[in-house]
Amino acid sequence: MESTAEHQEHPIGLYLKIWVLLFVLSTFSYLVDVFHFEGYLRWTLILILMALKAGFIVAIFMHLAWERLALICAILAPPLALMVLVWLMWIEADHTFFTRMLNFH
Amino acid sequence: MNSHTNPQAVEGWKGLAADWAGDREAFKVPWGKAMMWIFLLSDTFIFGSFLTGYMTVRISTTTAWPNPSEVFSLTINGTELPLLLIAIMTFVLITSSGTMAMAVMYGYRRDRATCTKLMIATAILGATFVSMQAFEWTKLIREGVRPWANPMGAPQFGSCFFMITGFHGLHVTAGVIYLLTVASRVKRGVYEKVGNYDIVEIAGLYWHFVDLVWVFIFALFYLW
Repeated sequence: MESTAEHQEHPIGLYLKIWVLLFVLSTFSYLVDVFHFEGYLRWTLILILMALKAGFIVAIFMHLAWERLALICAILAPPLALMVLVWLMWIEADHTFFTRMLNFH
Repeated sequence: MNSHTNPQAVEGWKGLAADWAGDREAFKVPWGKAMMWIFLLSDTFIFGSFLTGYMTVRISTTTAWPNPSEVFSLTINGTELPLLLIAIMTFVLITSSGTMAMAVMYGYRRDRATCTKLMIATAILGATFVSMQAFEWTKLIREGVRPWANPMGAPQFGSCFFMITGFHGLHVTAGVIYLLTVASRVKRGVYEKVGNYDIVEIAGLYWHFVDLVWVFIFALFYLW
């Protein structure tokens, strides 16, 4: 059977490997909490592990790695707009926080 | 319209349907799959907005944010284990993603029995996840966590928690129903007759997305 854009077929070993990998990565992110890592080390580790897990799920389990570039771009580009929202709200939230500290504390 | 230059042009509603359905496909995948991706993209924006809202209130609150590690700890035999339930829920959902990926594979191999079994296993794991979430909600509500207040700190904690995990739990529940529906159709041979198992892959996309969203919730809400 063909493994083209029409059809997604990959050996079972690949799925099992990714499954184990996701288990390991999840264990690592849980250990971040167990070992009480704090501050920038904690946040960096959380974000890296999150990105890795998300990447493997989307690329392998959801087969996006084997899709055509047109579909990949249509799916991955629009969420970048959310990054703009996050950036704006970050600034806004900081502003709210300082205003509250100045006037209500 | 000049019918000489474009002999196929039809007017009115039929024309609208013909124009939109014309042989101009951008995505060379089955249409159902393209539609599922577009739906998931819109869902990404919903969860993305929820998480951004959560970030905004968490940064701007002047009251201390409750420590999730302590709030979601379980006490077993007198020892307090931080985030234990959440960790188990994470593993359950990842496992369900693994069984789903294999169900898709067996579907394309025309192995109906194995495909059905794996899909049902996925649905059972999903139901387990929702049950554990119900347990967690009950525990927190008993401890006095409400969408507008809680005894541990910043009142926004409750609204974020119920909104985000509630919406995710709703997705998991819908997914369980969806998977069971498709599994029963696989078993009955509906797709065998048509010779097309794309539906299994499409249902799989939805399920993996639910797992994907949990990865973000786990990292940003529970671990942060």
